[in-house]
Amino acid sequence: MEAFQALFDQLDRVTGTNAKVDALVEHFREAAPEDAAWALTLLLGKRRRRLITGRRLREILRDRGGLADWLIADCHGQVGDSAETITLLWPAVMQNLAPVQADLPEISPGQPLHWWMETLLPVISTLADEKQSDAVIALWQAVPIEQHFIVNKLLTGGFRVGVSTGLISRAVAQASALDENLVVQRLMGGFEPSAQRFLQLTAPEEAEERRSSGTPYPFFLASPLDPERLQKSTPADWQVEWKWDGIRGQLIHRGSGIYLWSRGEELVNDSFPELIAVGAALPHGSVLDGEVICWREGEPAPLGFDQLQRRLGRKTVGAVLKRECPMRFIAYDLLEHGGEDIRDRPLQERQALLSELLAGIEHPEMWRLQQSRNWALNNWPELDQQRNRAREQQAEGLMLKNRSSPYLSGRKRGHWWKYKLDPMTLDAVLLYAQAGSGRRANLFTDYTFGLWTDEEEPRLVSFAKAYSGLNDTEILELDRWIRRNTVQRFGPARSVKTELVFEIGFEGIHPSKRHKSGIAVRFPRILRWRRDKPAEEADRLDAARQLMAER
Amino acid sequence: MIEHTPQGLYCRAADAWIDPWRPVPRALITHAHADHARAGCGEYWAVDLSEGVMRQRLGQDITFHPVRYGEEIWLGQCKVSFHSAGHVLGSAQIRLEVDHEVWLVSGDYKRDSDPSCDAFEPVRCDVLITEATFGLPIYRWQSGAAVARDIRDWWQGDRNRPSLLFCYAFGKAQRLLAELQAIGVEEEVLLHGAVETVTRHYRDAGVPMTPSRPVSELPRKETLAGRLVLAPPSAHRSSWMRRFKTPQTGFASGWMAVRGARRRRGYERGFVLSDHADWAGLVRTVRESGARKVYVTHGQSEVLARYLQESEGIDAEPLETLFEGESD
Repeated sequence: MEAFQALFDQLDRVTGTNAKVDALVEHFREAAPEDAAWALTLLLGKRRRRLITGRRLREILRDRGGLADWLIADCHGQVGDSAETITLLWPAVMQNLAPVQADLPEISPGQPLHWWMETLLPVISTLADEKQSDAVIALWQAVPIEQHFIVNKLLTGGFRVGVSTGLISRAVAQASALDENLVVQRLMGGFEPSAQRFLQLTAPEEAEERRSSGTPYPFFLASPLDPERLQKSTPADWQVEWKWDGIRGQLIHRGSGIYLWSRGEELVNDSFPELIAVGAALPHGSVLDGEVICWREGEPAPLGFDQLQRRLGRKTVGAVLKRECPMRFIAYDLLEHGGEDIRDRPLQERQALLSELLAGIEHPEMWRLQQSRNWALNNWPELDQQRNRAREQQAEGLMLKNRSSPYLSGRKRGHWWKYKLDPMTLDAVLLYAQAGSGRRANLFTDYTFGLWTDEEEPRLVSFAKAYSGLNDTEILELDRWIRRNTVQRFGPARSVKTELVFEIGFEGIHPSKRHKSGIAVRFPRILRWRRDKPAEEADRLDAARQLMAER
Repeated sequence: MIEHTPQGLYCRAADAWIDPWRPVPRALITHAHADHARAGCGEYWAVDLSEGVMRQRLGQDITFHPVRYGEEIWLGQCKVSFHSAGHVLGSAQIRLEVDHEVWLVSGDYKRDSDPSCDAFEPVRCDVLITEATFGLPIYRWQSGAAVARDIRDWWQGDRNRPSLLFCYAFGKAQRLLAELQAIGVEEEVLLHGAVETVTRHYRDAGVPMTPSRPVSELPRKETLAGRLVLAPPSAHRSSWMRRFKTPQTGFASGWMAVRGARRRRGYERGFVLSDHADWAGLVRTVRESGARKVYVTHGQSEVLARYLQESEGIDAEPLETLFEGESD
């Protein structure tokens, strides 16, 4: 535990990438595998069942410590993190509390991290009500104050110390003298905090390893188009295809089975059984990169993302959903062919192999598994014309891929560009603000915006939340304005005078029962602060409906 | 006795404004920080110890009436006195008495000991106007000496590069020099120009501090590795920092109690050191004042007022002010 605390402090205190990697390398080398496995899991921030919610900890602090609910809520608003709020509030209440006895394993310094995670802390989550409160208070009383933050974080989950998965993979690779790509691949599809899993992760590479399991390859991602850089090349070097608005996935058929992985490294077989059925028709040793998307048989264009959303996260899919949200896998690329990793070969060669492979498959539902259509570019002006047609195709824009590009991992600029449509926009009025968390704690950075209704006497109804798009100066200015123009407070949220107008950009718009306005938008963000517009001139709901109708 | 005007808090009996935010004929100033002492007033009344900084910031030619702590002066029908606030050199709470009713304007204050200025003096009053910059129970300060030891260990723990410690140029920087001196540090500390100009006034007032020198006086070639440098936050990430190659950076402020606040500013280390009262200090001060009515300004005014009302049974309400961006 002390070693993990030291690692955390180091990561928290240094800002340079190399210093962070050095600290991680040292920890992975020194720690016992069962502890290193836990450190890795916590730093990766993989969604794990939380042992107790931050809300419950706040309740315990309130009930036992005698702090008012609203006061804790205001503190939380300033701090932006439950575990830290509780840590900071503990000294204010600790002297009011008599020592509490609870049925906890005895806590002593020097207990390793895995003991905390496997033996001590899970006990707390098995308790309820007063017994749980007793255990938590006893824990807080037993642990030195300097360790409270870490312990509360271990309980509530969600570590953030500014180390990316990439940095962690690099550190694991360095600590165990492995190729970084191999580590990335071994980490794909999740990691379990056990000594065995950590030893597997850091074991020397085996000959057939990269091909035998169900693990996907790290995804290669496109960067936003840099027109100047593009125009230094020749149009003939590039292939163009639609950028579909679904989720990226890898469809794998290997000896061990059929797997559909999302870009978020989740196995989504259960949500898309039709695609798994078609995937069975692929020859063994095939890995396809493509888009998972809702698209009816015989239709020229796909359905909206809102339809796909109905299937995400499903453990089972009923007949109705299968009918209403029919799935396709639009194959972009072939990464493994006949059991051979072909990511180093040029794109056009991979594409030719992909066509050949798909042509050779017979399956009654082959319409679900098709290759993405791509075409050549004759000159640069064509690019904009084609992009403008994306919306009628229900696409997000264009993808440009260099014909000779290998399939790399992560976002490496220059080989693949995405050229998205300009977002749709509406001018909306700021209604509510809430303090952000982490780096944005105690600044009002989470905003809710509203549009006018179409009634005779229009009202403002909320239609989108946005967290980004303003620069630091604007955020500070707006924060100050919000503090001075608060109308009402609801815990950490505030309603403000309806005066400020912002241009909100978004990628998609569709009907929704969840929002008061009856519409929902995708990827909303602030494009501009419209200081020139009074609130009365913000858009009305009919403008939003117009956009929906145009789709 | 005191009313809220567009220029700020106004005492009719004394015909004077307290820490006005616009030019007025007569200003009573609690302390020389920029959000309390503004330029353009006809005459300034403040503690004698603050005169140097005040003139330097507002102009050498201002009309300044120096007042000693505790000295009673009559302005019209009002008996006015200044009492140490423990915030910075020459900082005061202003006590106003008319017909045996006493109002106290706290200005900024702290309860912790600070070797660079006089200690806070508790003052009884009927009505208290208090600040609430750090009016949340998450704020709880350690002693200045404890923080100074952390800073010394951080600085002296890495002799291979300079240690840049950012802090407000007036008050915090001199307190750091004095706290370091008090724990036995004798090594010279380097100062950014903005810190140096204020530090001179502290030396004139005889405040014991570690030796210091402006960075600019060092020969260009001299190595800065292992040196502690104090600079204002505005210098962070400015071209001024280029001279230091690969420094370790820290920020000393009450705001550093919250991790997100430090990370947002991009400092490696945060040292929690404030010249304002923490939560316990605020509540204690209100209690000790014996005030029957409390107005709360600055920062967490709504929170502190509600807490006093609900938990302490004290008649308290927030007072809207135009003070902005409390620095600490």
